[in-house]
Amino acid sequence: MTGVETPAVGLTHGASEDTGLGHRGPESKSIVVPYGFWLFVLSDMVLFSALFATYATLAHATDGGPASNELFDRTLVAIETIALLLSSFVCGLAMIAARRRNLIWTQIWLLVTGLLGAVFLGIELYEFAMMIGEGAGPQRSAFLSAFFTLVGCHGAHVTAGLLWIGTMMAQFWAKGFQPHIMRRMMCLSIFWHALDIIWVAIFTIVYLMGTLP
Amino acid sequence: MFGRLTWEAIPLTEPIPLITSLVVILAIGAAVVWVTVKGWWPYLWNEYITSTDHKRIGIMYFVLGLVMLIRGFADAIMMRAQQMFAVGASQGYLPPEHYNQIFTAHGTIMIFFVAMPLVISFMNFVVPLQLGVRDVAFPTMNNVSFWLTASGVLLTNLSLFIGEYARTGWLGFPPLSEQQFSPGVGVDYYLVALQIAGVGTVLTAVNFVTTILKTRAPGMSYLRMPVFCWTTLAANLLILAAFPVLTATYAMLMLDRYLGFHFFTNDGGGNSMLYMNLIWVWGHPEVYILILPAFGIYSEVVSTFSGKPLFGYRSMVFATLAICIISFCVWLHHFFTMGAGADVNAIFGIASMIIAVPTGVKIFNWLFTMYGGRVRFNVPMYWTIGFMLTFVIGGLTGVLLAMPPVDFLVHNSLFLIAHFHQVIIGGVVFAIMAGYTYWFPKAFGFTLDERLGKAIFWCWFIGFHLAFMPLYVLGFWGGTRRLQHIADPTWQPWLDVAFVGALLIGLGIVLTVVQLLYSIKTRDRRLDTTGDPWDGRTLEWLTLSPPPHFNFAVLPDVHGEEAYWTRKQTALREEKLIEEPDYKAIEMPVNTPTGVIVAFFASLCGFALIWYIWWLAIVGLVGAFAVLVWYAWRDEHEHIIPADEVAQLERERRRIRKEQIQTWPRPA
Amino acid sequence: MRRGAALIVLPLSACNRGVLDPVGPVGAAEKTILINSTAIMLAIIIPTMIATVAVAWWFRAGNKKATYRPDWEYSGAIEMVVWGIPALTVLLLGGIAWIGSHDLDPYKPLPSKSPPIEVQVVSLDWKWLFIYPDQGIATVNQLVVPAGTPVHFSLTSATVWNVFFVPQMGTMIYTMPRMTTQLNLQADRQGTFDGLSAHFSGDGFPGMNFKVHSVPPQQFAAWAAAARSGPQLDVATYDELQKPSSYVKPLVYGSVDPRLFEAIVANRLPPPISPKTTPAAQHVSPQPPAGHLNVR
Repeated sequence: MTGVETPAVGLTHGASEDTGLGHRGPESKSIVVPYGFWLFVLSDMVLFSALFATYATLAHATDGGPASNELFDRTLVAIETIALLLSSFVCGLAMIAARRRNLIWTQIWLLVTGLLGAVFLGIELYEFAMMIGEGAGPQRSAFLSAFFTLVGCHGAHVTAGLLWIGTMMAQFWAKGFQPHIMRRMMCLSIFWHALDIIWVAIFTIVYLMGTLP
Repeated sequence: MFGRLTWEAIPLTEPIPLITSLVVILAIGAAVVWVTVKGWWPYLWNEYITSTDHKRIGIMYFVLGLVMLIRGFADAIMMRAQQMFAVGASQGYLPPEHYNQIFTAHGTIMIFFVAMPLVISFMNFVVPLQLGVRDVAFPTMNNVSFWLTASGVLLTNLSLFIGEYARTGWLGFPPLSEQQFSPGVGVDYYLVALQIAGVGTVLTAVNFVTTILKTRAPGMSYLRMPVFCWTTLAANLLILAAFPVLTATYAMLMLDRYLGFHFFTNDGGGNSMLYMNLIWVWGHPEVYILILPAFGIYSEVVSTFSGKPLFGYRSMVFATLAICIISFCVWLHHFFTMGAGADVNAIFGIASMIIAVPTGVKIFNWLFTMYGGRVRFNVPMYWTIGFMLTFVIGGLTGVLLAMPPVDFLVHNSLFLIAHFHQVIIGGVVFAIMAGYTYWFPKAFGFTLDERLGKAIFWCWFIGFHLAFMPLYVLGFWGGTRRLQHIADPTWQPWLDVAFVGALLIGLGIVLTVVQLLYSIKTRDRRLDTTGDPWDGRTLEWLTLSPPPHFNFAVLPDVHGEEAYWTRKQTALREEKLIEEPDYKAIEMPVNTPTGVIVAFFASLCGFALIWYIWWLAIVGLVGAFAVLVWYAWRDEHEHIIPADEVAQLERERRRIRKEQIQTWPRPA
Repeated sequence: MRRGAALIVLPLSACNRGVLDPVGPVGAAEKTILINSTAIMLAIIIPTMIATVAVAWWFRAGNKKATYRPDWEYSGAIEMVVWGIPALTVLLLGGIAWIGSHDLDPYKPLPSKSPPIEVQVVSLDWKWLFIYPDQGIATVNQLVVPAGTPVHFSLTSATVWNVFFVPQMGTMIYTMPRMTTQLNLQADRQGTFDGLSAHFSGDGFPGMNFKVHSVPPQQFAAWAAAARSGPQLDVATYDELQKPSSYVKPLVYGSVDPRLFEAIVANRLPPPISPKTTPAAQHVSPQPPAGHLNVR
């Protein structure tokens, strides 16, 4: 393809060929906002990957202190996992109710999502307190620093999510189902499900692999 | 009540920081007084500080970067002077604890608060215009990103007046940066400021990736985007993928320092090699984040000033994406001497050399863009040719460093310093100067003075070579980096030459400020009346200079590569403009103080964390959250520009273009 | 006037020093790779630089003789060349990188008729401790090696990262706390060479220079024997040595606790709380020894 003929440029508007995705002009906000939020979530997952890599590197750096198979209680972990997975499902119900513009059920499902999240956090904080009480706090060894940071970072995200859920409930109550409120609900939904995905990874790599016989 | 903050934190016994602090405080005070007396606060607040307009935010980033360039350069000239004086029996004028802060601040400021903001300033100003849209995808978040970066700048510079800065080098390697070996506030200033600025940067990346992938003018498919937009996309994908690693790594170091964790400590099972790996997993993509947009700027400049389309557009796009991906696979070349073994070293060395291939392709394609063109030697072309000559040597030394057996001789040496300054100055700084001159008329409606522009170029070009060529030699002589004192007197002449080079660069910086002031004063002689002073090829030149707030009255329809050029050639050939559109009212995002107020609370929280003032840190966090909730509560997000106003501005533009059709030459 | 003359002579004198004047096989091999790689790349870079200036000049807007091709923006043949040249160059250099990395792996023992001398290296704040486990002696800031004999180094750090580097002998390597790295070097030439730390390690970093003396093997043995009359390096002496100091004059110890290096690596002898670790004394910098001119 040597040389280029000057393409036939019309002098009228609206003459651009619609040759597929993205050629129709800028997308609408209802696409752009969640897309941007997904990108943010992906960057957050990179952050978690760095923490996972750290955990993997330091998993055996126990400095003579307690190791993973002495510390983790599978029952507790199972309960918190169920709570979190359930909360994701309930968050989905909240999204459906919001699409149907049903304020009561949106608030109820959001509240349940938040409560299940709080259960998850409560169990996690309990687990942390037990470990610290036994002398297995994050200052004990590199392995424990990595554990507390990876799991704690996820917990911090859950906490931020709970604050967001509370704010969202207040916004639905004050402003109803306006487009920008719905977009935020969509982002909250993405965030909450993403936290679930991260938890599945933590559950597998930290708790399951860490308590293999 | 005030944590570990005491009156001793103010450097009353150290003349250099003390005098600098007083001068800076006086200068800022004078500026504030002047602005107040002139009554400019409302204008600054409405037109810039709270602006969500990508053009204004771009200008603010540029001003920030330029001011920090002066600070970073001041550090550099102090370092060159110290090395020139502290040879043999003399200890120079800077004791180690002071010198070590200066080189740490120099590197940190130059990378994070000069190069990044300047590159981001161009992305901000240019990309929406080149894509033919009105603004970025998230204008309010754009404003927040800027102010968070400014917060990082504030905290870093505060360390000069209150406390001290890190003494670890710009990457803060442990164990030296751990509490055990760096017990003061210095490393905390470093970490906290960069964490805050880092959030801003990641948000910028979300913004630009979304904008480029999801919001473009009708008809602008991916392969019709200008190359600068491609390189911006690649750079922002890198930011998205790399900066979270930096955030995580700094967070871990902060946990070590603040809460006694053991990620990288010498005891408790900590692993300092882990930090080295993580920080360079971020660090290598970082330099490509800087150079890719620079390559984009050169592509635009070369094609415009050669009067030809860019040679091998698809090749350039492919090369950009190849560089983007490979840059994630080379990080170990920063520590070949850590002893990872021959296989690992060789693989990473080869990967590092592979990245030179797409880079070489770009150089050749720029060469072939000039070939068959009509090259106009305006100032941006000076910078571009200067880049092509300087950068390739930097690439050569880079491939040498990528060869593990060679790196075993010159790792961490002055040879390395010369290499990375060669590619950053020759690559990034020259591009910034080219882009500055090239897009200045679009931003302000008049061009910069050309003679001063050429003088600035020669100062930098000659100054750079004088300052850094001697360092290659000293590197071969066994000269390592970060030396406060030089044992061998035979280095003296080389250090003298290097100092002269630095002075020349300093002259270049002074002349840049002079050029700006002079150009403003004499702007009537160089007005950009048409909005297209360089016979441009991309859509930003469609608008008048400066563009209206909404950029385009109607989003342009794009029919091929070089959207504006084809449209311009058609109009000139047909001797008429595109038909007048139906003018509609345009919705544009409102201004917002969210950014500056969030940054205020972030700075408060950051300062409090640095000085262990826990209650204040909580106040800062709560305040930032409150501002975000308050922002979330607003009901009006847009303001309307009435159709009449749009029509009036667009008709003025069309009138000027009609005149151009009468006066400009017909296309061949 | 003298400075002016020096500036002209300078570039010529640059060639025979430091890493460009290797005294042993490791440094010599690395220098060869350095020179060859540079030459290969210059063969491409220099014509490119000339072409850049030539093309820009010939196709300047005022030159009527140059053909203006405003639509020429692609050529398959040129693309192939433009991708091909860098790719082939990198292929060649990549091969050198693979072979060179393996041949010059610091951990690889050097072929020799003589058995290697063992040296254990500890980087302290801010000086170098060299332990000769087979000779039972130790030195500070002074490394004596027999010429023509391979030296096998085991390296660690007592505090923070450093890099052990003797430019004329070749390869440098990190010293890291609680870890041991290894290095194999050899000085074929006799003489005195400069050594340094090549990784910034704190306020006393510029004072970490040391000298390497390459002497005939019999002289080395004699030196080691004579050194045995020196003071003892035991835990108490080591504790004293560990205290932060810089620009330390060379010392020789006549006997060394054989488990010292291993104890340092295992972090059983951590550095004492230095004045630097107390918040009040944040601006303490080590003073160079008396007699060292101090311009503040």
